[in-house]
Amino acid sequence: MTDVLDRQQTETHFATVGTRPIRPDGVDKVTGRAAFGADFVMPGMIWGRILRSPYAHARILGIDTRKALALPGVKAVVTGADFPDLASEIIEGGEAASNSRDMAVNVIARDKALYEGHAVAAVAAISPAIAEAALELIEVSYEPLAHVIDVEAAMAPDAPLLHSHIFTEGLEERPKLPSNIARKHQFVRGDVDAALAAAEVRVEGRYTTKAVHQGYIEPHACVASMSEDGQGHVWCSSQGHFMVRSYCAKVLGVEISNIKVTPAEIGGGFGGKTTIYLEPIALALSRIADAPVKLVMTRDEVFRATGPTSGGVIEVKLGAKKDGTITAAEVELKFQAGAFPGSPVGTACMTALACYDIPNFRIVGWDVVTNSPKTAAYRAPGAPISAFGVECALDELAQKLGMDPVDLRDKNGARDGVKAAYGPTFQNIAFLDTLARIRQHPNYHVPLKANQGRGVAAGFWFNVGGESTGAVRVSDDGTLTVATGNPDIGGSRAGMAMMAAEVFGVPVDNVRVTVPDTQSIGYSMLTGGSRTTFAVGMAVVRASEKVVADLKKRAAGIWQVAEDQVAWKNGEAICLDPAKADAKPLTLKGLAAQSGRTGGPIQAEVSLNAQGAGPGFAVHSCDVEVDPETGHVTVLRYTAAQDVGRAIHPSYVEGQLQGGAAQGVGWALNEEYIFDAEGRMENAGFLDYRVPVASDLPMIDTVLIETAPNPRHPFGAKGVGEAPIVPPLAAVANAVSAAIGVRMTDLPLSPPKIRAALDAKKA
Amino acid sequence: MKLHVSTTVNGDAAEFLTDPGTTLLDALRDELGLTGSKEGCGSGDCGACSVIVDGRLVCSCLMLAAEAEGKRIETIEGLARHGELHPIQQKFLEHAALQCGFCTPGLIVASKALLDANPDPTEEEARYWLAGNLCRCTGYDKVIRAVLDAAAELRQERRVA
Amino acid sequence: MAQFNYVAPSSVDEAISALASAPTARVLAGGTDLIVQMKAGRVRPATVVDVKRVPGAVGIQKAADGGYVIGAATSGAVLGEHATLPRDWPGVVEAANLIGSTQVQGRASLGGNLCNASPAADSVPGLIAARAVCVIVGPAGRREAPVETIQVSPGRTSLQPGEFVLEFRLPPRPKRASDAYLRLIPRTEMDIAVVGAGVSLALGDDGKIAEAHVSLGAVAPTSLLVGPAGAALVGGKLDEASLAALDAAARAACNPIDDKRGTIDYRTKIAGVLARRVATIAYARAEAR
Repeated sequence: MTDVLDRQQTETHFATVGTRPIRPDGVDKVTGRAAFGADFVMPGMIWGRILRSPYAHARILGIDTRKALALPGVKAVVTGADFPDLASEIIEGGEAASNSRDMAVNVIARDKALYEGHAVAAVAAISPAIAEAALELIEVSYEPLAHVIDVEAAMAPDAPLLHSHIFTEGLEERPKLPSNIARKHQFVRGDVDAALAAAEVRVEGRYTTKAVHQGYIEPHACVASMSEDGQGHVWCSSQGHFMVRSYCAKVLGVEISNIKVTPAEIGGGFGGKTTIYLEPIALALSRIADAPVKLVMTRDEVFRATGPTSGGVIEVKLGAKKDGTITAAEVELKFQAGAFPGSPVGTACMTALACYDIPNFRIVGWDVVTNSPKTAAYRAPGAPISAFGVECALDELAQKLGMDPVDLRDKNGARDGVKAAYGPTFQNIAFLDTLARIRQHPNYHVPLKANQGRGVAAGFWFNVGGESTGAVRVSDDGTLTVATGNPDIGGSRAGMAMMAAEVFGVPVDNVRVTVPDTQSIGYSMLTGGSRTTFAVGMAVVRASEKVVADLKKRAAGIWQVAEDQVAWKNGEAICLDPAKADAKPLTLKGLAAQSGRTGGPIQAEVSLNAQGAGPGFAVHSCDVEVDPETGHVTVLRYTAAQDVGRAIHPSYVEGQLQGGAAQGVGWALNEEYIFDAEGRMENAGFLDYRVPVASDLPMIDTVLIETAPNPRHPFGAKGVGEAPIVPPLAAVANAVSAAIGVRMTDLPLSPPKIRAALDAKKA
Repeated sequence: MKLHVSTTVNGDAAEFLTDPGTTLLDALRDELGLTGSKEGCGSGDCGACSVIVDGRLVCSCLMLAAEAEGKRIETIEGLARHGELHPIQQKFLEHAALQCGFCTPGLIVASKALLDANPDPTEEEARYWLAGNLCRCTGYDKVIRAVLDAAAELRQERRVA
Repeated sequence: MAQFNYVAPSSVDEAISALASAPTARVLAGGTDLIVQMKAGRVRPATVVDVKRVPGAVGIQKAADGGYVIGAATSGAVLGEHATLPRDWPGVVEAANLIGSTQVQGRASLGGNLCNASPAADSVPGLIAARAVCVIVGPAGRREAPVETIQVSPGRTSLQPGEFVLEFRLPPRPKRASDAYLRLIPRTEMDIAVVGAGVSLALGDDGKIAEAHVSLGAVAPTSLLVGPAGAALVGGKLDEASLAALDAAARAACNPIDDKRGTIDYRTKIAGVLARRVATIAYARAEAR
């Protein structure tokens, strides 16, 4: 159940914000009407398939496509040679900056295959069967090379080298030799070595995690059409169609305005669809074939060729006084980046200690390339991994101090005025409230039986704002259409409709929400970073306010009164001028009907760069039972509390907490990339890549903290989507460790590992 | 050599030509244009392709289109009637039991099969029945609440009827 | 999928001819293994023989001797819904019903599960412990063979070209007898068994175990009938000593591999754990009859 904490006394009572209407796109989704990436068909459409490297690391000596081209029904074949070579350049557009050269080479290999599954060639043919058969006719000559996947092995000086142009950045002196270590990140405050030495209590731990995939149920899919005049059109599911447009333009070497992207509904992204894989290939094939090309990944391809997040090593040292004041923290992170630099180790460093006020720390992070798929963003990228180590170490510290783990966090917790570990000073945060609500929750006090354990953990994510556009139009009948440039990945249309309805004072059913293509709406940064309700919502609200101002002006004109004599309330303009006492209120519908006479169509579009996204603090509590003979873990109880500012639509906010928690539970217990000795993924399917199923989880109880609304958002909303995945790894691990009396440090906590830990304990 | 298949889909006669290797899922989506059933994995592990064949819940990605000959197939597109949503669909909306919506058709079809077989499932029974329908967005909480609420509503309707 | 011919014969003889027509011909029952493998390109049959229309291949009958005759292509869901089979052979049925999801249960069959010859097949230890027998038809006629003789090695069976399993026969059940099946998987559903254990036993009038059969899955290249494990139980009432002997015999029979689902050490230990637990359940069920 949800428990919404006391609201601030100054809060206005909202008519729509905070209620739970049915989402405007809901009926399409429950009837199967909603069109996702693979659901589009175009007249004359043909079918694409991609040939992928079977080697984890290999030189590509040559590709002979003649036999494939000669197969009847094949209309196009492309290889890396058909795409321009790009210079190394950092481009914005995704959730983090990307290197456009790396992205282009990841889309289709050039001189080397850098991971098993790396795209090497592609065909388009008049049927899927012919495309499949054509793949088998493409002859690729490989020279297999030694590969490396384990992050510490990749850091070793004699490791197989992926790129000869990588010289570790972030060191005091540029190294003379290239390596797989792309960058060192470092954040320092105070004197951690002295503080650790002087600490009254110390804990130290080494924690390890494996690569895990976002696991969205919809595989990547697109239909792309490139006409003979160089105009391209892409239908695809993504987390940002403007991002797709700019990335495709880059990879293909064409102008952005030559590509139009229409967003399909998206079947999950979690960050994994903030980049492109298929779209430039489909466009290139289409250009040659003179026909639209449909390109859909199989599940196998999704696992082998799209970014998981990093596996990594987290080493933590904490120093504290006997009263529980943490005086020192040292964290070292080593993250797999996959085939190209850009693991989320930087954000992992920045978030690792963000929940706490620690005077001395050193956080070091290593970004290391490995012969595995290029990592992509996964919900609070990097943060769950560093939090795993830090929050388990805190658990150990609490045990050593004999302190309740929530109390330890409360004693050291970030509050208003504290300078965050990553720089800014916190304002309007409610981390301590969030801790308190976990401690007060009935779940925290359920007596535990034998073989059961309880774990607690906290987590942080910055949330971002960013460039966003919202457009609002009033139809002739007074209904509203809201348009944004942001694909709806979790019900954001509902939030947009509700915020607009709140500003206009009309029922939310009067508001339609649409996500038009890139030519029809102003630019918006993608849907990610927990920014949509905050930043896009802000744009929608500002656009709504502009329209309301316009409506008031028109009413003033109709009544012949001064503009400041018009108020807007509950969807109506009201005349305040005592001289016009008989002036009846003008409804939205009435004003819309007169729009032609009062200045033309009533609409506004606002583009802004939203600043001041409120960060998200999450605290989770988890109870597990472990079968001591088999090591099997059952999750008995789960509670997720989070500082959300203001829940626009509480059901969808609860849904973010529950979904993130579930992903974290899977990450903790069963999910991992398993590679064989040749560097090939062994479990590239949902049978052996084990995400939680319905029977694996209990109800996930949520607590929405609204004691510190975000003053920068019209309704006080903070981003909520990412923080929920940060605490669960440690919450589950701490629970299992408590249940079996052995500190578990290596994820996933599969039954054989737990049984082995128990056997070792007995011995 | 194409095979000719005659079958019934959502109560209507349907006929198509197909390769032997075409699955029922591909035939529904590509031949018949019924794209409500989704491919999430192609190997029977995610349930996004769930349909009901002769009253039996199956993964359509693991059935050859040729096997549909003479069978009665129900897909997500057949649930709403005369402009009215099925109670399961309605409860999914009310409980916000979907976020991205991709797994939703499969979950709804599987839930219908559950409630046809067991009109009063416990939470545990519902979870185990639906274990073959992966959802990555919701953590299943609101899904199970929606299903149990729909079960209650359907039992009520039957009592009144 | 690579091209193939699909045929759906409506007689045993037609099915045998179709299977014998090409060395790569394969039987299609529920398709939950075959279609997955064909899509992955691991198997490329020239002909796929859908046996679900062959008389006897689908359905459950009571035999004259009181045993059961189960069509090899009958789905797990149908097994679970039968009026009496789950009561008389709960272990056989629960083993079959653990395969995959509800959707998979709507299609997966005992015949397919056995002849796919995965060492981890869930239904096989249940059938072996039950002393089930396969009725096999082929070019040389009809024959019977105990279930434990069918799997030869992972992916390979002892069936000759053109042969397929038409039916399973379960023997008549003594009065106070029952069975059970357990498996260990990392999640709660959907996984391939890391270890599977089936026990079938019959009690004498004195409540002592008169007959006991133990079968293990996923701990060797094929499912095993573990004679010594069954012998360890006979003559007693499942006291700690016999359970310990059962545990040891189960572990001794293991010959597993390290793979992505489990290690040798883990599988061996769990074989003992599950054997104890499943024997306890079977005993309680038998007592209650």
